[in-house]
Amino acid sequence: MELMHDLLLQGWQMVLVVLIAPWITGVVRKTKARMLRKQGPSVLQPYRDLRRLLSKETLLAENASWLFRVAPYLIVSATWVAATLVPTFATGLPFSWVADLLAIVAILATARFFLALAGMDVGTSFGGIGSSREMMIASLAEPAMLFIVFTMAILAGTTRLSTIASVMASGTMGIRVSIGLSLFAMLIVALAENARIPVDNPATHLELTMVHEAMVLEYTGRHLAMIEIAASIKLVLFLSLISCLFFPLGMAQREDGWLAMGIGLVAYLLKINALACLLAIGESVMAKMRVFRVAELLSIAMLFGVLAVFLLFLSRGM
Amino acid sequence: MAYGYDISHLLSASVLVFSFLLLFQGRMFGLLNMFVMQAVCLSLTVASQAHFQNAPHLYVTAAIALFFKAGIIPYSLRRIIIRLGIYRDIETIFGVGLTLVVGVALTCLAIMTVMPLAHAQELSAREDLAFALSVILMGMLMMITRKNAISQIVGFMSLENGLVLAATGVRGMPLVVEFSVAFSILIAFFVFGLFVFRIRESFDSVEIHVMEQYRGEKQ
Amino acid sequence: MNLLEIFLWMIPLLLLIGGVGLLAHKTATWYRGVYGATGLVCLFGLVVGVAGLVAEQPPLELVLPLGLPWSHAHFRLDHLTAFFMVVVNLGGAAASLFAMGYGLHEPHPRRILPLYPCFLAAMNLVLVVDDAYSFLLAWECMSLTSWGLVLVEHRIASNRQAAFLYLSMAGFGTMMLLFLFGVLAGQAGDFSFAAFRLNSAGNVNGFLVLFLVLLGAGSKAGLFPLHVWLPLAHPAAPSHVSALMSGVMTKVAVYAALRIIFDLNAHVQWQWSVPVLIIAGITAFIGVLYAIMQHDIKRLLAYHTVENIGIIFLGIGLAMAFRANHQFVGASVAITAALLHTLNHSLFKSLLFLGSGAVLHATGERDIEKLGGLIHRMPVTAFFFLVGSAAISALPPLNGFVSEWLIFQAMMVSPHLPQPLMKFLIPCVGALLALAAALAAACFVKAFGVTFLGRPRSPQAAQAVETDGFSLSAMAVLATLCILIGIFPVTVVDLLQPVSQLLVGVHLPPHSGELAPFTLLPFGSEGSSYDGFLIMLFMLVASTLTAWSVKRFACGVTKRGDAWDCGQPDPSPMTQYTAGSFSQPIRRVFGSVWFYAREKVDMPLPGETRAASFKVTMLDPAWEGLIAPLGQGIGWLSERFNVLHFLSIRQYLFLVFTTLILFLLMVAQWS
Repeated sequence: MELMHDLLLQGWQMVLVVLIAPWITGVVRKTKARMLRKQGPSVLQPYRDLRRLLSKETLLAENASWLFRVAPYLIVSATWVAATLVPTFATGLPFSWVADLLAIVAILATARFFLALAGMDVGTSFGGIGSSREMMIASLAEPAMLFIVFTMAILAGTTRLSTIASVMASGTMGIRVSIGLSLFAMLIVALAENARIPVDNPATHLELTMVHEAMVLEYTGRHLAMIEIAASIKLVLFLSLISCLFFPLGMAQREDGWLAMGIGLVAYLLKINALACLLAIGESVMAKMRVFRVAELLSIAMLFGVLAVFLLFLSRGM
Repeated sequence: MAYGYDISHLLSASVLVFSFLLLFQGRMFGLLNMFVMQAVCLSLTVASQAHFQNAPHLYVTAAIALFFKAGIIPYSLRRIIIRLGIYRDIETIFGVGLTLVVGVALTCLAIMTVMPLAHAQELSAREDLAFALSVILMGMLMMITRKNAISQIVGFMSLENGLVLAATGVRGMPLVVEFSVAFSILIAFFVFGLFVFRIRESFDSVEIHVMEQYRGEKQ
Repeated sequence: MNLLEIFLWMIPLLLLIGGVGLLAHKTATWYRGVYGATGLVCLFGLVVGVAGLVAEQPPLELVLPLGLPWSHAHFRLDHLTAFFMVVVNLGGAAASLFAMGYGLHEPHPRRILPLYPCFLAAMNLVLVVDDAYSFLLAWECMSLTSWGLVLVEHRIASNRQAAFLYLSMAGFGTMMLLFLFGVLAGQAGDFSFAAFRLNSAGNVNGFLVLFLVLLGAGSKAGLFPLHVWLPLAHPAAPSHVSALMSGVMTKVAVYAALRIIFDLNAHVQWQWSVPVLIIAGITAFIGVLYAIMQHDIKRLLAYHTVENIGIIFLGIGLAMAFRANHQFVGASVAITAALLHTLNHSLFKSLLFLGSGAVLHATGERDIEKLGGLIHRMPVTAFFFLVGSAAISALPPLNGFVSEWLIFQAMMVSPHLPQPLMKFLIPCVGALLALAAALAAACFVKAFGVTFLGRPRSPQAAQAVETDGFSLSAMAVLATLCILIGIFPVTVVDLLQPVSQLLVGVHLPPHSGELAPFTLLPFGSEGSSYDGFLIMLFMLVASTLTAWSVKRFACGVTKRGDAWDCGQPDPSPMTQYTAGSFSQPIRRVFGSVWFYAREKVDMPLPGETRAASFKVTMLDPAWEGLIAPLGQGIGWLSERFNVLHFLSIRQYLFLVFTTLILFLLMVAQWS
């Protein structure tokens, strides 16, 4: 019975992240459109896009290899697994210990690795440009992320996400400078990882500045649908990560009853919708950066991460 | 009350963060905006300290900071820039990345210096002191790594912000000292401003390396 | 007969095979015979190593009347030796299996067949000897045999230069080790390791010892800035030997460092870890940065060896810091991570070198700018190379991630260290490691993407054929091990605990499967955890679900057509992204500072008929700043001493006489 309950909870989260992923993408797009005083497509449009893509036939380039066809499945499954392991509405889910924060970042790196390879598979110049820049941006985001992990690990004594979320939710931390700094670093990393403005423009095509879209340029039909859903899931993952690390309000515990779970779920949905709206507002007021300014932006994230760790030493006493 | 300290620390940390952003900025007007934000943060810090320390004279300091640092000085700097048509991009001696790394190292140094100094004090005062020292060092760093006279002035002003931060962190600083500091800064600013105009009239530029020629260092 | 005696028989056996190799002719039987026999002996050594690792017994010792008459040769087999036996012989067996297919293409059997078994014998010997004299002898044999193997293609000038550089660096390293043993032996002059162990807390200058270890073992392992020979020498050898040199010989150097730092000179202080951590962090970062700039696949892999050696030494440095502060759990996690990474690196680096050998044989090209599209021509090799690439890029659920995760976990407890310097240093070094791991992924996207994906850039690449069965099976074994260790790291971590006990005096508790059977829990069930098996399982479930729903709901029609490429596909393969263009962003971000990388674009004006040109110049700071001035200095000195070649007999006698007097004076002074 216990096991059934556990499996049910974990399974529910697995389904949840996929179900809401296109919704969140829709919310971001809608908010951005409204910010530009446009009507914008319905929030449900990403679901329709997916259905349309799935119903179309798939067109492969002549020299696309098996890697190109396998990569979408790998990317979806890696991103999906990573998103399943981030606490969303409750901490301490039965499989929350399978991967800690470091491992979740690394699983996303696996997805990125195969996406970049798929970009190079057909042998076009756009695919290569996307892969090359994606890997550069990722390599700069990684150290910043490590400092965030460090801050969290010092505060909570572990890199296990559930424990960190519980510690943060307990309120014993107070308002720490380090938490603020790492939140800021995390926001920059999330923008870079999800190919959002100012690092990359998710809405552009036919521009030499595109990064993510350039990599997936050759994908069509069902493959493209998988890539799209993976990108949406990744966005949900980062929003969940930010909400569970920095705003763990209302999260339920594993032992809690259905009511607390329900409250946790509502709180979670409110939080990530709010974050999605904030993301859209942020994107609307910022301009896209030149590719090599991105390095400086990410070095700022790294800087805030370093400061967060060092100030933590200061405030906790050596 | 516990949260009160947290808030004032958050604010003083943001002063430090703006010091870093000053180092990061590549545009002249961006630099001034950052400087204004830093000054606003500073005056908020001072005001919050005034509230939590129950020291009403600090409100005066906060008002001075807000009025001069966030108002008059940036406004006049902006006018200088526009009137002189100074080149808007800031040239640095080394790249931005390296300057930031040096900045982090300086912060590290400040933390390590303050750590044994204030062992008797409570943690919060120690943090404040470390922030203040880092802001001061960062101001100096900015002065030595920028090639443009205006950004050097901004560096100097942000250095002074660090001094104010240090003064408010330590309890019992008399108002007289702060007044004298504020006035000396103001006078320094006037001197700077006058010099910039005079230099500009004489040499047609405020870039430091152009002036070096006239000192006989370079042929 | 105990394990040690059994193991020692391997060495004459290998030397014998080497002797038989002297007679070899250029027929497949000879090649297969020698490589097959060597592989079998290695397999045997592997079994002995595993047996030694699981055996719960005190170290076995043996003294043979060999070597110097007054000290004899000492041998010893403890858990550290056993672990490295596994590493060496696993690599040796795989390389030999590969060579049974690949080696047939070597044109000169008598240059390589005698040296190959002797090289393995020397490496095995380094592991078991227990006195300074035999150690240096075995170490020097290892250097010389591998030097001979680097020179197999000695008609190529660059190979000769690489071999010369290697020989001088190896000589330098051995000299440092000689000094080191002198320092350890002190005035008592007992050169057996047992005597060093007894004296370990004595008045030896520990910092000097550490310095000499970093120079002696570090130059062999490839620590910055003594790595310069490595990316030249490793690629010059035939690919299976490159695999041994990069995957295995560097590990013997790690063994030497571990043996000397933790066993012979056991009184480790925390200050010593500072230079180790700094050098290791720089090595890891710089190694991968160099690798990204390379277009020669074997040299790229060799630079990655430098990176991984940096990662291993990071683990060692952390273990030193924790042990000196009596924080034994941290020390144990760090040393376990270093050992696991040693094993992992030997697996995936051998795999990648073997894969590059297969590519080299199929196309005759090491320059990846001339390759491309090989995934169609060599699908199996491509798959194994992909596994190796993913493993070295530290991607879960493969093995490279597990060891790097353990190192990060050890770093996460570093704030408990009492010294402020360590608190600040370790997060910074951690950031370097994270940067190195991410750049490694970028580098292998480039290496795999340009070599195997896209369209062929030369006729050779377009006509490549899949390599032979022996080669493929060797790669298959290594790739399987990479995956297995990634999924079941707990088993290997538990096996490593006796070694951890030996080196840092404590071991992690055996995993009892509190949460799940294969969960890695270095800090107990409440601490951080990682479960490669469940991640693999989840990914399988997720991809099956995805595949099922795609099959159920999506249109299954697949057509082939031209590439889209934003509507402007170019039929010429020259317009593909090249290795150079792939690394351009990273070169601009990091290279302009570190390598003084400068781009020179010469664009003709409209109407001019000359061709446009684009040139990148890069300088190697280690070479320009250290090695080249050093070489010039030595050249200058030798010219000054050149006069000594033209003296009269009387003057020579005078020199001999003064030397004698000097020595007598020293003796008089000391006694």
